[in-house]
Amino acid sequence: MSRIYLDHAATTPMVPEAVEAMTRELTRVGNASSLHASGRSARRVVEESREAIAAFVGAQPAEVIFTGGGTEADNLAIKGGFWTGLKSRRQRVVTSTIEHHAVLDSVGWLTQAASAEVSYVPVTEDGRLDMSALAGTVDSDTALVSVMWANNEVGTLQPVRRIAESAAEHGAISHSDAVQAVGHVEVNFATSGLDLMSFTAHKLGGPYGIGALLVRRELTLAPVLHGGGQERDIRSGTLDVAAIAGFAAALEAATRHRVAEEQRVRRLRHELVNSVLAAVPDAIPYGPGAEADRLPAIASIGFPGCSADSILMLLDAAGIDCSTGAACSAGVAQPSHVLLAMGCSEAEARSTLRFSLGHTSSIADVRALATALPNAAHRAKAAAAFA
Amino acid sequence: MAGRRMKVLAAMSGGVDSAVAAARAVEAGYDVTGVHLALSKNPQAYRSGARGCCSKEDAHDARRAADVLGVPFYVWDLSDRFASDVVSDFLAEYAAGRTPNPCLRCNEKIKFAAVLDRAVALGFDAVCTGHYAQLVRTGKDLELHRAVDVAKDQSYVLGVLNQDQLRRSYFPLGSSLKADVRTEARDRGLAVADKPDSHDICFIANGDTAGFLEQRLGNRPGDIVDLAGGKVGEHAGSHRFTVGQRRGLRLGTPADDGQPRFVVAITPVTNTITVGPRDALTVKIISAIRPTWTAAPLDREWSGQVQVRAHGHPMPADVTVHDHGLEVILEAPMTGVAPGQAVVLYSGSRVVGSATISATHT
Repeated sequence: MSRIYLDHAATTPMVPEAVEAMTRELTRVGNASSLHASGRSARRVVEESREAIAAFVGAQPAEVIFTGGGTEADNLAIKGGFWTGLKSRRQRVVTSTIEHHAVLDSVGWLTQAASAEVSYVPVTEDGRLDMSALAGTVDSDTALVSVMWANNEVGTLQPVRRIAESAAEHGAISHSDAVQAVGHVEVNFATSGLDLMSFTAHKLGGPYGIGALLVRRELTLAPVLHGGGQERDIRSGTLDVAAIAGFAAALEAATRHRVAEEQRVRRLRHELVNSVLAAVPDAIPYGPGAEADRLPAIASIGFPGCSADSILMLLDAAGIDCSTGAACSAGVAQPSHVLLAMGCSEAEARSTLRFSLGHTSSIADVRALATALPNAAHRAKAAAAFA
Repeated sequence: MAGRRMKVLAAMSGGVDSAVAAARAVEAGYDVTGVHLALSKNPQAYRSGARGCCSKEDAHDARRAADVLGVPFYVWDLSDRFASDVVSDFLAEYAAGRTPNPCLRCNEKIKFAAVLDRAVALGFDAVCTGHYAQLVRTGKDLELHRAVDVAKDQSYVLGVLNQDQLRRSYFPLGSSLKADVRTEARDRGLAVADKPDSHDICFIANGDTAGFLEQRLGNRPGDIVDLAGGKVGEHAGSHRFTVGQRRGLRLGTPADDGQPRFVVAITPVTNTITVGPRDALTVKIISAIRPTWTAAPLDREWSGQVQVRAHGHPMPADVTVHDHGLEVILEAPMTGVAPGQAVVLYSGSRVVGSATISATHT
């Protein structure tokens, strides 16, 4: 049975261009750091990919630091940015309450291991950063300000440019986790004013295990992984040539199709939310109402009186993949910190599912969801009494 | 719905028994879904030896078994229900001077209540577990019987189930020997084939029940008295004692008759431990409350066998059913009967019912 895949924000299928580019490189030998001809040809693939990726996100090639994915890019940004700031006696890290755990847990670790002071800036009901609270928090002790470009659970876009300005006013380094944004909405590193930006290949049609941190050219970032110093001495480790080629090919394809695809997916998401509300009238969509304030593909929807876990299981059995958006910490699913930060109760957070669309999604997927949902929600509500 | 496959929810602890039980459910042609019950909010990373349960490693092992069987798998968070229905009850029972059986309570309140009810609401027909007990259909009723493997028989802790629960239960291991289950797990390529059996109380990971109780209920020194009420010693806290215990009393003066003394009662209200000779532990009559029945309730008078501990032996007895519970008259006096434990009634290998021991009489 073919699956209805509504979890593109977790990962999205590789596009044919990326598969082709990657398989072409997989069979070739050559360490990109080697001096011989095989090494040089690998290096050439890496550098051409770097140049392509840089161009697609409005960065200079030298600003692209390849990492093992989004989590590593976030870790490098947070830990490296903090250590850099510490050299000028700045100890504060400012972030939001709705970041990905790659950011939140890195920041949390800094408070324990490196006596960082952390300020968490709250968000509004639709997940947008409270800008006046940010302005009152960033100061001359601030080493780093990190706020995501777009939220992975509810899809809220943040005013990244104003956040970067706010950091720059006080001489702090700015970072944004743009993992959910790149390839899906317009992202330009140069005009954003950011110092650091993370993104990853597998969220935009590329392979797993390869990502990048953009590091503004003038910035000296303390490394987290030490060794061969392959990436500007900021990141060490033999480069994954095939994955890098796949990353560039995927971003090239995403950029080429973006404007049309963004519109198509926005319409599809609109259709999805309306169909879900028609199928389950008491369902509650979360996140911003205005299209300009949100990602095209993510729909966060609460089903009052139901456990999201139960609906997920029943949809799974009906051939539909979706997500609770909740982090699985210590083996037991926790209510989403994002929804709690937006003012939801624990019960509301535990009743919320995330449906996310992508390049393979069609109206047939939306219809299949609308067909399966009433029964799933009905059963889940009955089961909630025994949760 | 003609031809619809029966939908079975397999509770998978991460151990060998529940993995093989789930495998047999798959092989029987049922539509199987695996669930691992998370019973603690803060599980340990690894289990140490045979103790503890639902660690992250156990959840991983259960997930891997489900992968091998090719069935969907989820973790269900029952930690709040477990804390209130099993752990709190365990503490309250000890605080009242009784000796509870938390495994029985978990079957009664969690596995065959919260989990079963939720499963039925979600569209499942039955819950499958790796318990060693047999279900036998006679006419329209299902009978609960002892397992073929006498050493592994778990019918005692399932004795609290009623006919509705039994109808929605599935115990595929009841007719097997444990050794054969392990061999079968190996043959099926299940990595848990050689995992040690779990013992003791799952939520007391280090096995130190007394320490667990002291930490939660506090620890007050008190008197040790003889049957006449005279003080014969002092204790540092009553949680270190159970009825029938002989060691660790550290009584200065020997008994008048020179015979060893045993704990015969724990009285939380006065925080006293009562000691007496072995004879004082001998029980002839058991009063029990809150009876449950695997099928229709018994008539007023009944004769059969009773078992008073998870690993005890069945003893012939006459049972009288009255409004508030049971009175059990043992054919021969016995020791090791503790209030709080269950008295399970057997007719041969068949479980008739269960009740909670409230008092014992010589």
